[in-house]
Amino acid sequence: MDLDPLLLARIQFAANISFHILFPAISIGLGWILIYFRLRYTRSGDKAWEYAYQFWVKVFALTFAMGVVSGITMSFQFGTNWPGFMEKAGNVAGPLLGYEVLSAFFLEASFLGIMLFGKNRVSNRVHLISSFFVAFGTTLSAFWILSLNSWMQTPTGYHLEDGVVMVDSWMEVIFNPSFPYRFFHMLAASVLTSAFLVAGVSAWRALHEVDGPATWRVMRTGVLLAAVMAPLQIFIGDLHGINTLEHQPAKIAAMEAVWETGREVPFTVVAFPDQETRSNRWALEIPYGASLILTHSPRGEVQGLNDFVGKHPPVAVVFWSFRVMLGIGVLMLLVSWWAAWQLFRRGKAGRPVLMALAAMTFSGWVAVLAGWYVTEIGRQPWIVDGVFTVSDVVADHSSATMSGTLFGYILLYLFLLASYIGALRQLAKKPAASLQLGPTPHFDTSARA
Amino acid sequence: MEYWLPVFYMAAMGLALLVYVILDGYDLGIGMLLPLAEESEKDVMVASIGPFWDANETWIVLGVGILLIAFPIAHGIVLTHLYLPVTIMLMGLILRGVAFDLRVKAGDHRRTLWNRAFFIGSTVAACAQGWMLGSYITGLEDSTLSLVFSVLTAATLPALYLVLGCGWLLIKTEGRLLDRAIGWARAAVWPMGLGLLVVSIATPIVSQTIADKWFSLPNFLWLAPIPVITSLLYLGLLLMLRRDELLQGSRNWLPFAAVILICLMAGLGLAYSLFPDIVMNRMTIWEASASVKSLQFTLVGVVITLPAILVYTLFVYRVFRGKATTLSYD
Ligand code: HDD
Ligand code: HEM
Ligand code: HEM
Repeated sequence: MDLDPLLLARIQFAANISFHILFPAISIGLGWILIYFRLRYTRSGDKAWEYAYQFWVKVFALTFAMGVVSGITMSFQFGTNWPGFMEKAGNVAGPLLGYEVLSAFFLEASFLGIMLFGKNRVSNRVHLISSFFVAFGTTLSAFWILSLNSWMQTPTGYHLEDGVVMVDSWMEVIFNPSFPYRFFHMLAASVLTSAFLVAGVSAWRALHEVDGPATWRVMRTGVLLAAVMAPLQIFIGDLHGINTLEHQPAKIAAMEAVWETGREVPFTVVAFPDQETRSNRWALEIPYGASLILTHSPRGEVQGLNDFVGKHPPVAVVFWSFRVMLGIGVLMLLVSWWAAWQLFRRGKAGRPVLMALAAMTFSGWVAVLAGWYVTEIGRQPWIVDGVFTVSDVVADHSSATMSGTLFGYILLYLFLLASYIGALRQLAKKPAASLQLGPTPHFDTSARA
Repeated sequence: MEYWLPVFYMAAMGLALLVYVILDGYDLGIGMLLPLAEESEKDVMVASIGPFWDANETWIVLGVGILLIAFPIAHGIVLTHLYLPVTIMLMGLILRGVAFDLRVKAGDHRRTLWNRAFFIGSTVAACAQGWMLGSYITGLEDSTLSLVFSVLTAATLPALYLVLGCGWLLIKTEGRLLDRAIGWARAAVWPMGLGLLVVSIATPIVSQTIADKWFSLPNFLWLAPIPVITSLLYLGLLLMLRRDELLQGSRNWLPFAAVILICLMAGLGLAYSLFPDIVMNRMTIWEASASVKSLQFTLVGVVITLPAILVYTLFVYRVFRGKATTLSYD
């Protein structure tokens, strides 16, 4: 392996954020789903909804804890790996991250205690409000961090003074051109990820006949949510792509593996983009496709990578990540509609549907990671698009230190991921009765004194 | 503005980190005490911090966040220098944080494993933080003297956390566990005292700048109350820990309060020693500070949110007041 510290810093940052995003992708959506279960239960008094809440709040607690600890790592990574980024873009990055901590992190972290363990200590209303604050906090934190990330993709509202970013307008910085698309695309991604998790685990429970009274009801909720969100996500994604074409044409050229600028550009379904010969091997193409999607005219001109020689991202990774995301998006649509049709028209789902749902339990994770790889690798070689490159800002740790800690992180993450999924299995295997009892009841001193 | 904004942020950062040391200090202390307790007592100990640890940990994110917001250049220098201890601390915090949940959710056969992870994570994080503190005080140098000093702080901070943890258990537990906690407190208070004493003596030896700041007249007279009050608090703590009826009674929060005040005094002393440098001997807060416009923008947020954070933090502590019982989700 090439032990270039820049490469190691990038891999390390990528490993950490990839691990982190797995958990926000669930907690943002699941937080709101839990509130729904809670409301259903309070309204109807139906035990099944209460049970659904009790089951999924445990998953939420575990996911949240994973998100928090890996997030704390992230907040140090900017300084440890990209000190130059903070020096040059600190005037933007600092305040946005600061607002995230002050407005979102404290809110979610503080009320989490009441949400999880305070049900008997506060009134029903206060408990609901606390749960709302937690869900709201996670969404708010996505707002701030995506604002910063979008600014790095499409910077506006600033000028440079001696190579340092100075802010002219905070409104333009926060609501930069790609921000609304990224924010809603990510929120929808999170809802889809948790909808498929909820539906998938329920399907698994149904298949293994670990029947809890709420299993089918929860599955319906997940499936319906997915069936509504999947087409919406495809629509938002399309708008997002058109926005990217306007601001980061090199990224789009890499996503579509278009090597030469031209008209009547075909859409490449699959291919092996080859950076050396600057062409696609084994390409399967749809004539006029790319021109049609990107310019909405079969003769529209599409900019190719030849316009960005030396300043465009690696093509194959971006091209393939994009296809993985699209593929899962379409698959989500098909599976959720199929399941919805059976569940709501026929009242129950057959084995094939259950198996498809169970197989898709973690599909959201794959799509989210693929999407982020398109976004982030597609921004290379820039760290702030068109302003600073990644090599401008890297820290000079020795390769030995970097590879050592990278190795440590990866081992730890694999172990934790296995533990997380193992714990989910453990929870899913337990039948309803034992869950409703909860852990050991009260601590009785007199009995032990 | 140019002068006062950085001073304000320096103070806010110091405060956030002090609050972190106190709050996560008791969490980590309890994590370090865990192996000493019996199985059923472990659940109560973890339950006593369960609703709080996440918010407690957020204070370090705020501290580092302010360093990043207000002093971006220093943020880069400090964190690149402390790269290894930071990484080790993060791994410790990760282990500790996930162990909270996994020790009850990963299944009974894994319980011992996650209890151990809880202990190791807490200990590693505490030592790494002590190491970072020592290395920061000595100006991030790589000399042998500064190394020795870092080893010293890496042992002292965990000792302080242990006493904080005991103090919290005195408030939150009863019966046999309370008796044990009293025993632990009585033992842990000695290494803490010794550590603080040795660090106080060593600091002016390893740093000429700090020695100059303290040992000149009239500064010395001005500052005398800090060591004097700290010594009195420590004596008071020793006396309180000898009185069983106080520890079993309704004033059981006094030892915890005394340790908090000791932390406050140490924080004040440290702040005086460092000011106005953000990186000792290398960079003042004004040299490292971000643009006035950015600082003003964030100031609005700080002024609005910090009081709100304090209010709801107090609210949460009120909700969970009283003796701890094992946690359940209902
Ligand atoms: C789209 C959402 C999203 C993205 C892109 C990120 N995060 Fe995150 N983060 C969250 C959404 C989130 C969250 C939903 O708010 C979390 C995850 C689960 C949780 O408990 O809170 C969280 C937790 C979390 C925490 C712990 C907060 C606490 O104590 O409660 C920190 C310090 C960070 N994150 C920092 C970062 C940084 C520095 C990122 C970028 C490099 C980042 N996160 C990307
Ligand atoms: C949450 C999902 C995210 C994922 C999965 C992700 C993924 C990645 C990957 C794979 C890289 C390495 C790219 C390369 O070097 O080729 C990277 C780099 C980076 N990302 Fe992200 N990213 C995410 C979110 C964010 C956010 C929210 C921010 C900032 C607000 C951010 C800031 C950066 C920075 C500073 C780098 C390093 C410079 C670079 O290599 O471009 N990322 N990310
Ligand atoms: C099938 C239709 C979809 C389309 C057309 C689409 C389009 C896009 C585009 C163009 C980007 C890159 C934007 C940029 O970097 O400038 C992107 C990023 C992303 N996508 Fe998708 N997407 C689709 C489905 C999905 C699905 C199903 C998920 C997850 C469940 C998902 C999650 C993401 C994420 C997390 C990112 C990175 C964050 C961002 O830039 O918004 N996408 N998507």
